[in-house]
Amino acid sequence: MDKSQYKNVFVFVEQREGNIQGVAIELLGKARNLADSLGENVYAMLLGKNIESKAQNLIAYGADKVIVASCDELDEYTTEAYTQAISQIVNEYKPSIILFGATTIGRDLGPRLSARLSTGLTADCTRLEISEEKEFLMTRPAFGGNLMATIVCPEHRPQMSTVRPGVMKAMDKDDSRKGEIEKIEINFNKDKFKVRIKETVKEKSNMIDIAEAKILVSGGRGVGSKEGFIALKNLAEVLNAEVSASRAVVDAGIVDHDRQVGQTGKTVRPNLYIACGISGAIQHMAGMEESDYIVAINKDRYAPIMQSADLGIVGDVKKIIPLLTERLKGLKK
Amino acid sequence: MKIVVCIKQVPDTTEVKLDPVTGTLIRDGVPSIINPDDKGGLELALQLKDAYGAEVTVITMGPPQAEAVLREAYAMGADRVILLTDRKFAGADTLATSNALAGALRTLEYDLIITGRQAIDGDTAQVGPQIAEHLDIPQISYLEDLKYDGKKTFTVKKSTEDGYQILEVDSPCLVTVLSTANKARYMTVKGIVEAFNKQVEIWGFENIDVEEAKLGLKGSPTKVKKAFTKGVKSAGEIYEVDAEDSVGIIISKLKEKFII
Repeated sequence: MDKSQYKNVFVFVEQREGNIQGVAIELLGKARNLADSLGENVYAMLLGKNIESKAQNLIAYGADKVIVASCDELDEYTTEAYTQAISQIVNEYKPSIILFGATTIGRDLGPRLSARLSTGLTADCTRLEISEEKEFLMTRPAFGGNLMATIVCPEHRPQMSTVRPGVMKAMDKDDSRKGEIEKIEINFNKDKFKVRIKETVKEKSNMIDIAEAKILVSGGRGVGSKEGFIALKNLAEVLNAEVSASRAVVDAGIVDHDRQVGQTGKTVRPNLYIACGISGAIQHMAGMEESDYIVAINKDRYAPIMQSADLGIVGDVKKIIPLLTERLKGLKK
Repeated sequence: MKIVVCIKQVPDTTEVKLDPVTGTLIRDGVPSIINPDDKGGLELALQLKDAYGAEVTVITMGPPQAEAVLREAYAMGADRVILLTDRKFAGADTLATSNALAGALRTLEYDLIITGRQAIDGDTAQVGPQIAEHLDIPQISYLEDLKYDGKKTFTVKKSTEDGYQILEVDSPCLVTVLSTANKARYMTVKGIVEAFNKQVEIWGFENIDVEEAKLGLKGSPTKVKKAFTKGVKSAGEIYEVDAEDSVGIIISKLKEKFII
């Protein structure tokens, strides 16, 4: 493979029902950094139906060029149609790097493409950078977050990685940025379309996204029951925060999975993370340790979370949380 | 119906701890288990066997000691188990791993291939879709539920971030299963006893259908440049006072940081 033919940093822009997903905007910000380090350009790949109107916005968020493929076949995500479309783009444009969101779509598409293109894919990266030798370094947690590994893809192109939502920071929108929009046609082999979509159901209409919250009040086993979480909810209301949880209470059915923080839940980086009765398994820490300020309230002084917290309070959450809520209410008045 | 389930032996990462002083991994005494999503996949296969009389083959790639998870699969109700083990497979990334497994699958008959969504030691979720691509069959990932029409069509409930999709696909196909899709059965005492009298087939490179260049370290496009533990963050302040004072400390700190 002649690596020198492969240039530029591409982002797969995920859309659902025509709405650009936040992770795509975050990835454009990261792609901008990487492309600047390499002296190359950022390309956004926008796939969908009647989707052209969304292209300009991607330029404002860091793209130099937007490749738009707009047709019926790309309306709703299916593995095969999207794999064919991106394979065609890769063969025509020869990207050096492609970034995908580590969503149920990106984690379905990425590996299928990596096998079709016979190249490497690094999953769930938490750090992406260009070394002084211009090598693309992809760092990710492994072993349940216990170990970090820096992965390279030295001899194959494109170099591909997925990144979870909330990990990278989007750049500030700049409407004065200039870029190009290019429409392309995809030549599909429809004989390969084998999966039929019968129904797509949105269950969570007013979905909260804990990854977006500035303050999280998070509960673990030490909070115990649904009643315990009502106390957390009251505190969250006063702080204008959202409630999140550790895996233990999600598995116990006390809190919905979309509020779970950690390796198998979401990655969050709020300004304030209040960990209530959470011991701090490494899998949990992997999802929240980038928070600006961490307060941990726990009965056990030696719980692992106490080591990572900026402020550790040894005590009973059931007493402290209601009292804290009352005091904060008083301050507001 | 013929079903092949791909499973992986993994360290129980929930049991892994960091040395609080050195920040290094304590691996000693960590038990090995069937990866939880893979166990969900095996259970799905066994349920199809119960309902439709499917023949269930379980395959794993790993070192010789990975035989343990195949014995467990036998004890749960698998009909045939195969251990892929060869020095030529060692050092494989996900793509090279999927090439080895696809190489083995090419020599087997299947209507349905089942893998777990992802393994708890790597969390990549890549090997299933990569196998499907190598075999040129459709994939459905994040399976929560599957219904079979008894002939050739599967109706799959796929989990998404904000709900689910109902998808339809004909055999042959590959699905990746979530551990939450079902509750895996226990091994029976009879099954455990029998499992030790059954044969685990050991396959090496010569048994599978794939080019050697696609396997192991050589067949891996990605390389680990370095691995490290994150180390211990410098500790913050810890207070052990009564509830009233605790609340006072929290509020003054949050004010100091301009959070409230």
